[in-house]
Amino acid sequence: MAAFRPAERLLSVWRFYADGFRNMTWGRPLWGLIILKLIILFAVLRVFFFQPVLAGKTDEEKSEHVGVELAGRARPDGNL
Amino acid sequence: MTEAALIDWSRAQFALTACYHWLFVPLTLGLAVIMAVMETVYVVRKDEFWKSAARFWQKIFGINFAVGIATGIILEFEFGTNWSNYSWFVGDIFGAPLAIEGILAFFMEATFVAVMFFGWDKVGRRFHLASTWLTGIGATISALWILVANGWMQHPVGMEFNPDTVRHEMVDFWAVVSNPVAVTKFFHSVLSGWMTGAVFVIGVSCWYLMRGREQRFAKASIRVASVVGIAGTVAVMFTGDRSGIHVAEYQPMKLAAAEGLMEGGTRAPFSLVPGIEIPGMLSILATHDIDGYVPGINDLLDGYTAPDGTAGLSAEAKKERGDLALNAFKVYRENRDTDPEAAAAARKVLEENVEYFGYGYIRDREELVPPVWLVYWPFRLMVGLGCFLLLLMSAVLWLEYRGKIERFRWLHAVALCSIPLVYIAGQCGWIVAEVGRQPWAIQDLLPVSAAVSSLSTGSVITTFCIFVAVFTLFLAIEIRIMIRAIRKGPEAVPAENPSAGPETGRTLTSGQD
Repeated sequence: MAAFRPAERLLSVWRFYADGFRNMTWGRPLWGLIILKLIILFAVLRVFFFQPVLAGKTDEEKSEHVGVELAGRARPDGNL
Repeated sequence: MTEAALIDWSRAQFALTACYHWLFVPLTLGLAVIMAVMETVYVVRKDEFWKSAARFWQKIFGINFAVGIATGIILEFEFGTNWSNYSWFVGDIFGAPLAIEGILAFFMEATFVAVMFFGWDKVGRRFHLASTWLTGIGATISALWILVANGWMQHPVGMEFNPDTVRHEMVDFWAVVSNPVAVTKFFHSVLSGWMTGAVFVIGVSCWYLMRGREQRFAKASIRVASVVGIAGTVAVMFTGDRSGIHVAEYQPMKLAAAEGLMEGGTRAPFSLVPGIEIPGMLSILATHDIDGYVPGINDLLDGYTAPDGTAGLSAEAKKERGDLALNAFKVYRENRDTDPEAAAAARKVLEENVEYFGYGYIRDREELVPPVWLVYWPFRLMVGLGCFLLLLMSAVLWLEYRGKIERFRWLHAVALCSIPLVYIAGQCGWIVAEVGRQPWAIQDLLPVSAAVSSLSTGSVITTFCIFVAVFTLFLAIEIRIMIRAIRKGPEAVPAENPSAGPETGRTLTSGQD
């Protein structure tokens, strides 16, 4: 029974992907496109335009923030 | 109160992103089935022709996949930034399915897509075939979890509202997953993807026939795609019928708006177009009973009692209960640390009225009516195009079966021009589903006016404009790469193929079948 060698397995998986990428022809511009898109998404949009409003708050602070928001947006005439 | 322009721009931004995302998803779902069927034929018959056909559609799948990948992540950005109240309010209900989706999408797609593209000469036929099927199954399972989350927004089940955390907490995972709205929506959406893939493949194949190229490949692709597309369309019709029943039960205002039905009743007519109606048809579609009662927009606003005694609260009555719930929520939060008795009493009132929580934000009852024309017309367009495409696929399959498909050049042009139509039909479906449920982000629990974050309208307009520019650019790039790949066509089959069956040696351009 052949012994299971995790390092060899990992290496063969690595080779599989590396050979696949190396031998790509039509797929290369697509990978360029994917990388460009991910840069636009994560390095531009996410950093400069899409800061989560509740980021950096603890769960209690988030509850408090949303609780105040939801209570404050009720109809002015809706109070009992 | 929240500025109306902020709500509208935030909704427009989300709608733009979701519509853009849905340009890629249905083709992924549909092509996955078609290319997997072709590869299965290759493995069974050991005919290189089918391998080459499968590889060509995999290339198209890859282009679509590459451009579409991560477009859904933008929606998650928007949840956190533009819809932060909503994101927190939905709690684990939304988080759990999306987390499962993310993990599945990453592991299944990253593993099996790679084997599918890189493994043709490195893994066995059967393992490669399994990877191709699992790529499609992975994409379909991803869609399941997204649609479970969406289904919950249309018909919230399996949760309890916790006023301490201001979140909905899942109490019954199975109820969330087996939510009838989610199940129907899943099959309806995925099978509409089969239609998209089928019409796309038929359109491209007809282009080859028009140009007198790749005849065998084109006809074989038409055959496989037509069968997949017809099966998908028939199933879409069945799930559409189930969806009608669910909408009538859980979102009657959406149904009334989709029909432009002001006054309801039994034997309610179905409006084909304004002025032309089929008597009793709407009752049949909504209740499977010609005598079934369907409330109209005015009935839902004024309140009604159906012939079977079922009563529907008026908008004013719902608003009163919404006020009770929202005020109890405020009182509870003000007193929970200082006056436990007052807090307990408030919590009881909240629990009794929580199903109307969102009505506490509704100022005018007219807000409860979605824009009728924007639901009515897309619904007709979706159904009309669906019927046309079923007819087209049936005609194309019949002519191919009779060996006459090459002669009908006008039909080739119609099929090619139908590619955008199937996308329009899919987008219309989502417009009906999402515009029809306005003003609700979560049906009856949270209107968009309360769900939206307090941001400056200018920043939302800025990102909207950036998205228009970026999405247009990427779409143009995708179409360009795809057209180039289609023009190049599939790789020719090697003339010598010792392992092939009776069709050995034919090339993709031989014109034989």
